[in-house]
Amino acid sequence: MYGYSGKILHIDLTERKQWVEEKPEDWYKVYIGGVAMASRLCWENIEVGCDPYDPGNPVCFANGIFAGTPVPVGGKYGLASKSPLTGFIGDSLSGSWFSIALKRAKWDGVVIHGASDKWVHIFIDDERVEFLNADHLLGLGTHETEEAIREEFGDDQVRSATIGPAGENMVRYGNVTNDGRQAGRTGHGAVWASKKLKAVSVRGTYGVTVADPDKLLKLSFDITESAQGPHTEKYRIYGTSTNVLNANKEGFLPTRNFQEGVFDFAELVSGEYLDEHHKVKVIACAQCPIACEQMSMVKKGPYAGSMTGIEYECLQAVSSNCGIDDMTAAIRMVEISDKSGMDTMSMGVSISYAMECFEKGILKKSDFKCKKYPEGFEPNFGNGEAGVTLAEMIRDKEGIGEILAEGTRIAAKIIDKKYGSESWKWAMNIKGLECPGYDARSLKTFAMGLAVGTRGGCHNRSAAYDPDIKGETNRYTVDETRGEVAARSEEYAAVYDTLPLCKFIRRCFTGKADRAGAWPAIAELINATTGWNFGYDDVDLIGVRAHTIKKAFNIREGWKREDDDIPYRWKHDPMTKGPGAGHVVTDEELDYMIQLYYKTKGWTEEGLIPKQLLVDLGMEDIAEEIGV
Amino acid sequence: MVASTSKYKYIVCDPELCIGCQLCEYICSYTKTGEFNSYRSRIRTVRVDEVLITAVACRTCENAPCVIACTRDALTQDTETGIIRIDPQKCDGCAWCIEACDFGAISINHQTKLAEFCNQCEDVEDGPQCVKICPKDALEYTTPDQRSQRTRHKLVKQSLDFPTKAKDPR
Repeated sequence: MYGYSGKILHIDLTERKQWVEEKPEDWYKVYIGGVAMASRLCWENIEVGCDPYDPGNPVCFANGIFAGTPVPVGGKYGLASKSPLTGFIGDSLSGSWFSIALKRAKWDGVVIHGASDKWVHIFIDDERVEFLNADHLLGLGTHETEEAIREEFGDDQVRSATIGPAGENMVRYGNVTNDGRQAGRTGHGAVWASKKLKAVSVRGTYGVTVADPDKLLKLSFDITESAQGPHTEKYRIYGTSTNVLNANKEGFLPTRNFQEGVFDFAELVSGEYLDEHHKVKVIACAQCPIACEQMSMVKKGPYAGSMTGIEYECLQAVSSNCGIDDMTAAIRMVEISDKSGMDTMSMGVSISYAMECFEKGILKKSDFKCKKYPEGFEPNFGNGEAGVTLAEMIRDKEGIGEILAEGTRIAAKIIDKKYGSESWKWAMNIKGLECPGYDARSLKTFAMGLAVGTRGGCHNRSAAYDPDIKGETNRYTVDETRGEVAARSEEYAAVYDTLPLCKFIRRCFTGKADRAGAWPAIAELINATTGWNFGYDDVDLIGVRAHTIKKAFNIREGWKREDDDIPYRWKHDPMTKGPGAGHVVTDEELDYMIQLYYKTKGWTEEGLIPKQLLVDLGMEDIAEEIGV
Repeated sequence: MVASTSKYKYIVCDPELCIGCQLCEYICSYTKTGEFNSYRSRIRTVRVDEVLITAVACRTCENAPCVIACTRDALTQDTETGIIRIDPQKCDGCAWCIEACDFGAISINHQTKLAEFCNQCEDVEDGPQCVKICPKDALEYTTPDQRSQRTRHKLVKQSLDFPTKAKDPR
């Protein structure tokens, strides 16, 4: 078997033991890698119905098919556990060296079971596993932890995935960082902390072989060259932050906790402004010829010296979404989040939620007491220092930060219970995961795409904003095409997330990002790597299967029809400014679109999956358990 | 950084342009071993800080210290090209050459017990493969003299801000 070793490494933290599971080639043909394989490993190894913080919730790594080969942007792995934010599948992706080291150690996946009673650092040295004491690493930031570990081993090629102080403190949206990249969403950091797992390091010394290396090199060269052209220009020059001005113009830039879609000071928090005033260097993940990460630094003022990579989703969450027009405060907030290892998107929306609670008079100045401000402070929208302080308080779970660290869904429950308020109406989450940087009131296909999303409010899993923004659908209305559009966009994204390949490469195969442009090229890459004989339909099925396994996981964990919903605000509070003004997605519209979507997927009206459909997809055992 | 005393061509990396993608390591290890493995690459990327990134390969020093340090006369230097060559019959992987190299450009293969370093793909038809693949043109295969000349040209053009043929007339 090329491209895979056929082996999954199991590690039990409770018993401190390890074993190897061998998987047949047919299993790989169904689950491939990335989010699909990680979700499948989670399906196989979780104690059904367990609390996300229970030892029965496994940490599941699944490597990528192209990791460790020259295929551009193929150095990625998937990570899955039951999410403490949503209670459903928490599947994330991260790029760079870690996946490559894992590939060279000849592991297709790693499943970590149980929980340790002492903080532990797992070291996977090719086939050998060591349980190392992690006490001296506690409190170190994500990057610092990685550096400390490499220093310990004296080997640059030892790559680590770690949690930072936010994860250690079990901030519910703590995440996992490797090589400056994050498996960012759904709260993996908190799951790791529940197991007292600080870091997983890998040293892989074996060479990677593929079925047809000369062909794979030729294909990779061509894509690498194409990736230096216009197809990736947006990512290379300004990075994704260039979306700020576009989103603002189109009226869906989250502003003051999604109250509006237009921010008066968008220029000041744009990718263009960042480029002119703060950019230090552009860097890449390992195995990536594009390089989109805009390393940005604050050069003067109270946050001078702060430096981190800035991207659109992080930037909007802490700037326009908090009404903050001070780029230096925004960079500082993202830096706090990155270094302490938490999801900047969930953090930003939790902060903006608190700011709205303050402006609406539910929370008072005295609720914001902390060591830095013993009398409390006034976190109005636009107050950059308040944003920075709240980020620190969440990281440390200090004062109100302890509540905000639970994410908006739980925080609203706590605050509403305490004050008799209705702040849940502006708790901007879907299934418990905070909403991304696209206000969906005037992106109606996307609103439904988010509602049915298996991991909650996520723009990476549903790509239905794309047809809405491009005008392929009328973003302000609904019609009978939307089920199909949302289902196909979600399955399209799932192909990339499963291989995984970074989606920024999607136009570089043939110049066209659509299925006809990309799937045959991706099939060629798969075949040259594995020696299989994949065609267009096989590639298309990757996405369908990936999405189905995650949905199946959710059904088994107790998913109900009413879980497919969007925040109250998007259904009831119209915006007042910009192209999106006056629009909401009504319950009727949402219901109508969701029914269309279930029908397109071939599911029942209740959103359950027929047995036969699962059998046809090669998932017989899943059909037995949850098929109807 | 330690100055090189080479008059020969060798592969250098511009840290301003290097993005740390490691594609040079992939192509190098594949060219030399048929497998993709950074441990077997003769050029190595270095990331000291989040933004301090470059790649390092043999700098073909004059009177190369590695050649002098070799206790078994396994290393020789080509007087025309400066390329260091190894006699696998003589090398026993003792690593004295590593001690002598100011650039960390040598590694020992623990399987073969041989020293490994860049030979500028002298046995490959179209020259150094890493230079060919580098997506950002951060790697170049030149002599120090050629690079100083290029820098002078660049400086003059920049300081005069004079339109050149290279610029798109539109």
